[in-house]
Amino acid sequence: MIKVEYLSKSFGAKRAVDNISFEVAKGEVLGFLGPNGAGKSTTMRMLTGFIPPSAGKVSVCGFDVLENPIEAKRKIGYLPEAAPLYSDMSVLSFLNFAAEMRGLRGEGKLKSVRRVVELCHLDSVLGQTIDTLSKGFRHRTCLAQALIHDPEVLVLDEPTDGLDPNQKHEVRALIRLMGADKAIIFSTHILEEVEAACTRAIIIDRGRIVANGTPQELKARSASGRLEDLFRALTLPDTAAPSMDAVA
Amino acid sequence: MIGWAVIRIIARRELAAYFESPVAYVFLVIFLLLSGFFTFTFGGFFERGEASLAAFFNWLPWLFLFLVPAAGMRLWSEERRMGTIELLLTMPITTSQAILGKFLASWAFLVIALLLTFPIVITANWLGDPDNGVIASGYIGAALLAGAYLAVSCMTSALTRNQVIAFILAVVLCLLLILVGFSPITDLLARWASPWLVETVTRFSVLTHYDGLQKGVLDSRDLLYFLSVMAFSLFATGVVIRNHRAG
Repeated sequence: MIKVEYLSKSFGAKRAVDNISFEVAKGEVLGFLGPNGAGKSTTMRMLTGFIPPSAGKVSVCGFDVLENPIEAKRKIGYLPEAAPLYSDMSVLSFLNFAAEMRGLRGEGKLKSVRRVVELCHLDSVLGQTIDTLSKGFRHRTCLAQALIHDPEVLVLDEPTDGLDPNQKHEVRALIRLMGADKAIIFSTHILEEVEAACTRAIIIDRGRIVANGTPQELKARSASGRLEDLFRALTLPDTAAPSMDAVA
Repeated sequence: MIGWAVIRIIARRELAAYFESPVAYVFLVIFLLLSGFFTFTFGGFFERGEASLAAFFNWLPWLFLFLVPAAGMRLWSEERRMGTIELLLTMPITTSQAILGKFLASWAFLVIALLLTFPIVITANWLGDPDNGVIASGYIGAALLAGAYLAVSCMTSALTRNQVIAFILAVVLCLLLILVGFSPITDLLARWASPWLVETVTRFSVLTHYDGLQKGVLDSRDLLYFLSVMAFSLFATGVVIRNHRAG
């Protein structure tokens, strides 16, 4: 349902994403792994149509994101990095706004808002101004916004970043649950999350895909059988000199 | 398809955002205090010996010069600073719809502020017998002037995530739009430039077109001027936002 072909993005001389291709099918949960600055967020921003690619193509449910942005964006639910929100609004009015922007009205709107409030456990803060929410609630409010139109494709940029262990566990469970009938891609740099929630994982380093497979396959590639060792062997720390070329 | 339904939803959220924060109330109070102050002191509302709102309208281009950029500076820089621009523009809408929705909401807010000056109209009608047609045309001019300033502020707001920079840039650009038609400046220009040049330059000023409307003359050229300034600035806003996203 997500098809990425030869996607590249340059910012000036810097190549943030370098010729990557992959697909995500319905029922798949793809973990997008990589060190900070590897190009994960840039890739997701291109997937969701926020920034145009320098080269390559993205299609979502058959709609090209560049040629048919509105149709493609209708199919996507997106949780941007750091969960940005209109902080002056209350949780309820924000969710109503998100629902209306997705074309939901009347009874349909009411039902969708009720559904995501339940799914993301927001009932206790509905009337509260977003400004006053704790980080966990802010994150869940933004996640609720991404789920409001029950999208076929979910793009989640670091959905568990900054959450406590309980909240992380809950978000992972939610991702697994929804993964059954959606195509989900989520980025993380927490390796245990891959085993906990993904059906497949891609490791990306400095804009390039360096590994792509199921968690079991990836673990088998490492001598010690641990994902962490594979990750460290394939990616470079951001302090590494550019001359030290990829190990993979 | 323009998609007015979406534009309306964006505009409603934006307008609510003014009133959910103290911005709206501070703005309204300051605007009403200052406009009243200018009208009844420097404007010489009573000393003029005529029943008109000239004392009020004459000061408006200068008062709006600071207040309109203050109302418009947050439109896009706030979205950029908070990262909500990413949320907004990944919803199934076009950039133009977002720009138009936000602009119309702010403009509506400024029109509300203008309408709240109605006590001055009542005062003039109570004390004398003003030409209410001229007053209506004056208000239309004032609303168009606010829209032009606002569109410029919208553009500068899209340029930066810093609201102070957006504000200062907007004030400078709007000041430029005033000064090219401000008589002390145009008189200087007239000393050495040919008359047609002076006239061409002054045609670009908001004052030239604003003054026409203050006299009660609804000239389509004046309307066209204000609408062009708005259309151009909003178009430029779109270019700025698209360029920013392209990186």
